[in-house]
Amino acid sequence: MTEEAGASRHKRRTVLKAGGAAVAGAVAHPVLEASAAPARTEAATGVPITLRVNGKPHELTVEARVTLLDALRERLDLTGAKKGCDRGECGACTVHVDGRRIKSCLTLAVMQEGREITTVEGLARDGRLHPVQEAFIRHDAFQCGACTSGQVMSAVAVIEEGHTRSTDEIREWMSGNLCRCAVYPNIVAAVRDAAKEPRS
Amino acid sequence: MKNFEYVRAKDPADAVRLVAERPGAAFVSGGTDLLNLMRDGAQTHDRLVDVNGMGLDRITIGARNVRLGGWSRMADVAAHRFVRHRFPVVAEALLASASPQIRNMASIGGNLVQRTRCGYFRDAASPCNKRVPGSGCPALGGENRWHAVFGGSDHCIAVSAGDLGVSLLAVDAVVLTSGPRGERRIPFGEFQVVPGDTPHRENVLEHGELIVGVELPFSHFAGKSRYLKLRDRATFEFAVVSVAAALDLRGRHVRDVRLAFGGVATKAWRSFAAEDALRGKELNGSTIEAACRAAVSGAEPRQHNAFKVELLQRAVSRVLHDLGGVR
Repeated sequence: MTEEAGASRHKRRTVLKAGGAAVAGAVAHPVLEASAAPARTEAATGVPITLRVNGKPHELTVEARVTLLDALRERLDLTGAKKGCDRGECGACTVHVDGRRIKSCLTLAVMQEGREITTVEGLARDGRLHPVQEAFIRHDAFQCGACTSGQVMSAVAVIEEGHTRSTDEIREWMSGNLCRCAVYPNIVAAVRDAAKEPRS
Repeated sequence: MKNFEYVRAKDPADAVRLVAERPGAAFVSGGTDLLNLMRDGAQTHDRLVDVNGMGLDRITIGARNVRLGGWSRMADVAAHRFVRHRFPVVAEALLASASPQIRNMASIGGNLVQRTRCGYFRDAASPCNKRVPGSGCPALGGENRWHAVFGGSDHCIAVSAGDLGVSLLAVDAVVLTSGPRGERRIPFGEFQVVPGDTPHRENVLEHGELIVGVELPFSHFAGKSRYLKLRDRATFEFAVVSVAAALDLRGRHVRDVRLAFGGVATKAWRSFAAEDALRGKELNGSTIEAACRAAVSGAEPRQHNAFKVELLQRAVSRVLHDLGGVR
C-alpha cells in the first residue's frame, strides 16, 4: 500500500509465484499416476468453471480439490488474498462472495461459480484507494502486512454490517482476523475512523 | 488433500442418491469443517456432493415452530429477528461460535455434524478409535484438558464440538432429515450418540441421510433462555464449558426448565438431574445450588480436566441467577 511496500512486493511475489508453480506441478502428476480408480481419473481431468472476480469473468479448469484461495492466487495471479494458516483460523485469505466476507481457504473454487467475488485488488476505484485502505494507512494499522489485505476486507464488511458502534463491538466482529504483529489498537482505530465516512 | 469428484445436486433427492450410492461420498454445504478434515487426513472422500443452490436455506415462521432450512447460514439465523426474540439461546450460541467469516459460510445442518476438535482425532499420525477403530485412544492417559467428563468410554473421551447443538437441547429442537429410506424427524436429544465401543459413530444419521432442516418449537421456556460460553480467550474459540438454559418461570416458581452443557461431554449434554432439582420448585439460591450439584453428579474427570467439574457448577449458577433474576 505504501511505496515502500510496493517496492518490496515485487521480490516477494516473484518468489511466491515460482513456489506456486512448483506446487502446481507436484500436485498434477501424482493424480495422473494414481489413475487406477476411474473416479480419480474423472476427477483429475479437472472441472471447467467461470469465476467472476472483481467484476470480470475468468474461465479456468481446476481440480475439484482446489480452494478458492489457491485458484485466486495461483491461477488468476490475484495474490492479495494471503495464505496464512490455510485452515480458516487466521483470516488473511478473507474475500467477499456476493457481498459477504468469507475465508477463501475453506471453500472450493468449483463451489463459487456464478457468484460475485471481490478481492482486495477490487476495492480501489479509478486509481483511488478504498476509504478503509486510506484509514489503514492513516492509522498505521499494519506492520509486516501479511494479514493486512484480510483485515481490510473484513473491515469493509464490518462497516457494511454496522458492527462499529463501539471499540468492543469492532474487536468482536474483527476477531476472525489475526495479526501476529498485534497492531490491533491501530486496526480498531482505522475501522472506527473509516466507519465515519460516507459509504462509497 | 486427495482429489475427488465434485457433483452439484439438483435437489435433495438427487443429493441423497449421489451420496448413498457411493460409500466414500459426502455432502458439502459450507465446507468449513470438511475441508480441514480432508486436509488433515482425518477423513477422505472420493466424491463431494454440493447441496447449495437448492433454495432450502430459508427461515420459515410457522404456527407452532420456526423452521431453519438445513442450508441456512449460521450468520443469517443468528441475525434473524424472530429467532433472537423467541429463541435467544439459539441466536446467542450461534454468535458465540467461530468467526464472522465462518458464520457467513457454515450451514446449520453442517454445524450439527461437525467433528470433534480432539487433537488426536485431527492428527492423522496419532492412534484414534474414532478415526481408525481399534487403534487406541491416547487421550485417556495423555493430554486431556479439553476432553469430556460426561459420556466417555474406554474407547473415546473426545468432546463434541459446537455450540448450536447445546442450545437446541434447551429448546426441544427437532432435526429433519431426508435419506435413502425416506424422511425422518429426530429430536435433537436423540440425534447425537455417546461413543461407547463405536466412537466413529457420532450421530444416528445413515450414510446418504441429509439434514434438510431444524425445527424450533415455540414453548414457554424457549423465549426466556440464555447461552453462556466460557473459553480460554474472549472470542473465536471453542468452549471449555458452556451452558444453555431455558426457564418457564411464574413468579419464583419454576414451571419448566432445560439445562444443557457443551465442552464437557461426548455429545451435547442435557442434565435431567439438574432440571429435576428445579422443576416445580421455587428458584432461589439453595435450589440453584442443588441444581449445580446435580449437574455434575456422575462426572468422570481425568488428569487435566477436573477443573471442568467446578467451572460447570459456577457457570450453571451464574446463568440461573442471571436468567431468573435471583440475587
